[in-house]
Amino acid sequence: MSSETDVAVERIIAAHRETEGAALPILLAVQEALGHVPDAAIAPIAAALNLSRAEIHGVLTFYHDLRREPPGRHVLKLCRAEACQASGGRALEAAAQARLGVDFGETTPDGRVTLEAAYCLGLCASGPAALVDGRPVARLDRARLDALLAEAGR
Amino acid sequence: MLADKDRIFTNIYGLHDRGLKGARKRGAWDGTKGFIDKGRDWIIAEMKASGLRGRGGAGFPTGLKWSFMPKESDGRPHYLVVNADESEPGTCKDRDIMRHDPHLLIEGCLIASFAMGAHACYIYIRGEYIREREALQAAIDECYEAGLIGPNNVHGWDFDCYVSHGAGAYICGEETALLESLEGKKGMPRLKPPFPANMGLYGCPTTVNNVESIAVAPTILRRGAAWFAGFGRENNTGTKLFCISGHVNRPCTVEEEMSIPFRELVERHCGGIRGGWDNLLAIIPGGSSVPVVPAHQCDDLLMDFDALRAVKSGLGTAAVIVMDKSTDIVRAIARISYFYKHESCGQCTPCREGTGWMWRVLERMARGEAEKREIDMLLEVTYQVEGHTICALGDAAAWPVQGLIRHFRPEIEKRIDEYAARPRPTPSEILQAAE
Repeated sequence: MSSETDVAVERIIAAHRETEGAALPILLAVQEALGHVPDAAIAPIAAALNLSRAEIHGVLTFYHDLRREPPGRHVLKLCRAEACQASGGRALEAAAQARLGVDFGETTPDGRVTLEAAYCLGLCASGPAALVDGRPVARLDRARLDALLAEAGR
Repeated sequence: MLADKDRIFTNIYGLHDRGLKGARKRGAWDGTKGFIDKGRDWIIAEMKASGLRGRGGAGFPTGLKWSFMPKESDGRPHYLVVNADESEPGTCKDRDIMRHDPHLLIEGCLIASFAMGAHACYIYIRGEYIREREALQAAIDECYEAGLIGPNNVHGWDFDCYVSHGAGAYICGEETALLESLEGKKGMPRLKPPFPANMGLYGCPTTVNNVESIAVAPTILRRGAAWFAGFGRENNTGTKLFCISGHVNRPCTVEEEMSIPFRELVERHCGGIRGGWDNLLAIIPGGSSVPVVPAHQCDDLLMDFDALRAVKSGLGTAAVIVMDKSTDIVRAIARISYFYKHESCGQCTPCREGTGWMWRVLERMARGEAEKREIDMLLEVTYQVEGHTICALGDAAAWPVQGLIRHFRPEIEKRIDEYAARPRPTPSEILQAAE
């Protein structure tokens, strides 16, 4: 772990360690700051909270939203739940996969875009929906998806 | 049909101002101080008299649940936790409350917290709900600013409200798993007893309620328990948000009287079944975890807890999934099974192993690639999963399969026969062709 990451993790731990049940908030904050939770962050978090490394590892691997590998510069989460599928989401999934050349959960080789699946973003009435770097996008169609991917791939 | 004047959620479609000013115009935060002055016993008695049953799926009487909290604190703080981890497939009511009518929820949180002696409330909202979280947080900030909640607020009951968000796990909607997740651990359900009312969040007395149960509380107190109890049948009273999706002409979320006939519900609010009433195949009346109800039982089906229980299904969250005759029912249930396999937390063996097993068998049955004796074997396995796990996810995975076999056994058998009758190449022929 580079010293920069060290400092960031230490700072996040210091900010949260007094709160009750800090493990999940710390992991979410580390991911927010670094884009992912590096394995090297497990030991300092465990030590600070007086928990075993196994417990932190358990929390880290339990929640789908936490990732252990660095993502691409942009993260595209396509909603694959039933309502979005019914409004044309399947075709968009295939289009996104073909255009990026990756499957769900993978990052393009140039490290620009990570494609992930989401299951219901709560935007069923205006599906298909997606989350681009944490920003909800609704009423996707081929043209809008292409525009988003072109922007993300730049 | 529910008259407009009797609606609790008057902004469920977001047509009006969702801010504090707009909410007050619609009646929120009116007379709240008066309820608190009347004392906690009065509030709990009113809630009991209203007959409100929990809106999260299990249908446990809300007033009774509140009364389980210790009357006097033994030194430990009390907590209210609101379950906004709305992940049950088909359910889309809590999101509309949080997005468009958040003040009803916050007012309900204050009243419920007062009734159970809690000074802090946590609202656990699922990670995928971005706009809902923003809307709710904005409303909470408004209330703090107006002095409606927070320390030394105008209601004379110190109260803090925190929004906490999950990280993508369906199981965290189970009340004890939700508490584990709030404590920053893996969201694995706890054994009960001890019940949360004795040992909940951080080992302190806690009550977990669904968003809708809490959000209707202020209006019940304002209009009186008798008003609320006047809707629906005995023991199934009140108004309820129904979310109808699937093969209807206009899927919607709508507030209606409990015990409304299913047919009236879809024909009045959803423009009827796609292709007409006779095109109905089956419904799943309460989110994916309850058994299907076939069309012939839907003719005079009432939408409430007891009536659906009588047809061996359940009201659940009142998320009605309608399926017309174009539906491949075996594949639909296989898909639901896959969902439970994916979301099982892996703590109890019957659920961890059983959900995967049921899904694999159903996948084969959907193609017909099975034997008829396996139908009974599958049914037996569902009974071995049901009731043998810590939380209700095991039951939720078993019930749809039981419903399928109960009502659509001929369909599965037909498929098996068709598959068996179809000529297909034997392995040796394939080897020859490869040369």
